Amino acid sequence: MNLLNILDQFQKFDGDAIERIEYTSRRFFLNKISTKVAAAAAPAIIAGSMNKAYAQSSEAVDVLKFALTLEYLENEFYNLGNKTAGLIPDMYKPVFAQIEQHELAHVKFLEAALGVTPPFRDKPTFDFTVGGTYKAFTDFDTFVFLSHAFEDTGVRAYKGQAGTLIKDPQILEYALQVHSVEARHASISRKILAKIRNSKSIKSWITLDEGSPAPVYKGSNSEATIVQGGVNLLDLDLTGIPDTGSVRYKAATEAFDEILTKEETLAIAIPFIKM
Amino acid sequence: MENNLLKNAGPMLEKVNRRYFLRSAGVAATTGAFIMGCTLDDHNIPGEEVVDLGVGDIGILNYAYALEQLEAAFYTQVIMTPYAGMSEEEKTILTDIMYHEIIHRQFFKAALGAAAIKGLTPNFGGIDFSSRGSVLGAAKLFEDTGVQAYNGAGNLIKDVNYLLIAGKIVSVEARHAAAIRDLLNPNSADFAGNDVVDTVNGFDKAIKPGVILPAVQPFVVNKISGSGLPS
Repeated sequence: MNLLNILDQFQKFDGDAIERIEYTSRRFFLNKISTKVAAAAAPAIIAGSMNKAYAQSSEAVDVLKFALTLEYLENEFYNLGNKTAGLIPDMYKPVFAQIEQHELAHVKFLEAALGVTPPFRDKPTFDFTVGGTYKAFTDFDTFVFLSHAFEDTGVRAYKGQAGTLIKDPQILEYALQVHSVEARHASISRKILAKIRNSKSIKSWITLDEGSPAPVYKGSNSEATIVQGGVNLLDLDLTGIPDTGSVRYKAATEAFDEILTKEETLAIAIPFIKM
Repeated sequence: MENNLLKNAGPMLEKVNRRYFLRSAGVAATTGAFIMGCTLDDHNIPGEEVVDLGVGDIGILNYAYALEQLEAAFYTQVIMTPYAGMSEEEKTILTDIMYHEIIHRQFFKAALGAAAIKGLTPNFGGIDFSSRGSVLGAAKLFEDTGVQAYNGAGNLIKDVNYLLIAGKIVSVEARHAAAIRDLLNPNSADFAGNDVVDTVNGFDKAIKPGVILPAVQPFVVNKISGSGLPS
């Protein structure tokens, strides 16, 4: 099965999508101009934005469609979790409510950008239990486990698309702005998972390629990578970090997150989608 | 006792900061006499060399290097002089973050090679390292600023490999930001609060170097120029 085709099954959109993204981008950008300084410089900035907007490509549209699939998944997951009575202990409710708000906002932004409003909207149908494998909404540990896996996947998936967007500067910036929010979510979700499991090995950052499900942390660019831009991090002068045991090695893997390819991401997501 | 000492020893702390920083940055001219005679005022003499980040992608990498220097120096100081009552959880988190920032700093230094700016001298005079609130408040500021700076620099980068590196680091900075924010206000929405993530689109901020640099300048003794950076 060609996994990429799955995106087209979920998200039908018309040929005006690119122009609509341009419009959305521009409108958003104009809204951001609020300071006096920016206002004074506005004509130049707007001209620059227009030129950048026209460079937007079909590759950018593909990235946004891919992102929307992930955001649909996350949004529905938190929506169902937050409204399931007795699932989330009161003390953690503000965290998961905030995450849901963000995922919903991401869905709305991407839908508007792609123009996937009814009747074009075709959201996947999800099964977060994966046919009864996961007690997604009846067991808090499982809910947090899935949450941290989805968030870490989201971080790595967005990062994997950054290079594709390099010729679309405004879309790239939006993607980065979502990417770091996913990382904030991953951080807190991992922290809560560590607390409820009383685990010291689960941290807000990813150590080596430890974690479950394994494909979330491994892949063709494993989270255990220690060579960055041709530089082996362990060859650096790391004065200040104990050179004992695996302290430096673990820290080096934690200090850089890694990408997932689109194919790797979809392989992780597909079990949660009803065919 | 150590903390009481530090509370009343602002200038001494600055010297310690600087000495430690100079040592870790491997600056050659760190003689004892130089260090002991080194005060804040010495750095404000007119005509002192401005640290120019450079142009293009190199400029952006130096910009990141400057921010990472600041963060690494900050956490090094935090761990060297821990505030009273630092919990085990806090110590673990702050130590891990120190490790990450040291690695980021050393990575950029190595990647830039001869094009790297010099080791900067931090000015943490406004931070009370004996106070939990002051330290975690500063950590929050540094991490959020780091996230916003990398987000804003992303589309100024021309080389896709550098863009990828920035992407790999920014998410770790965002993980830090959320962890620090959760220490300050546990189990609240603050880990990704509405003060940093907008409620309409759910976006973190993306801020350009021209705005970031003046904001971080008070934390650095050297005058930094980003006039050659793309915008």
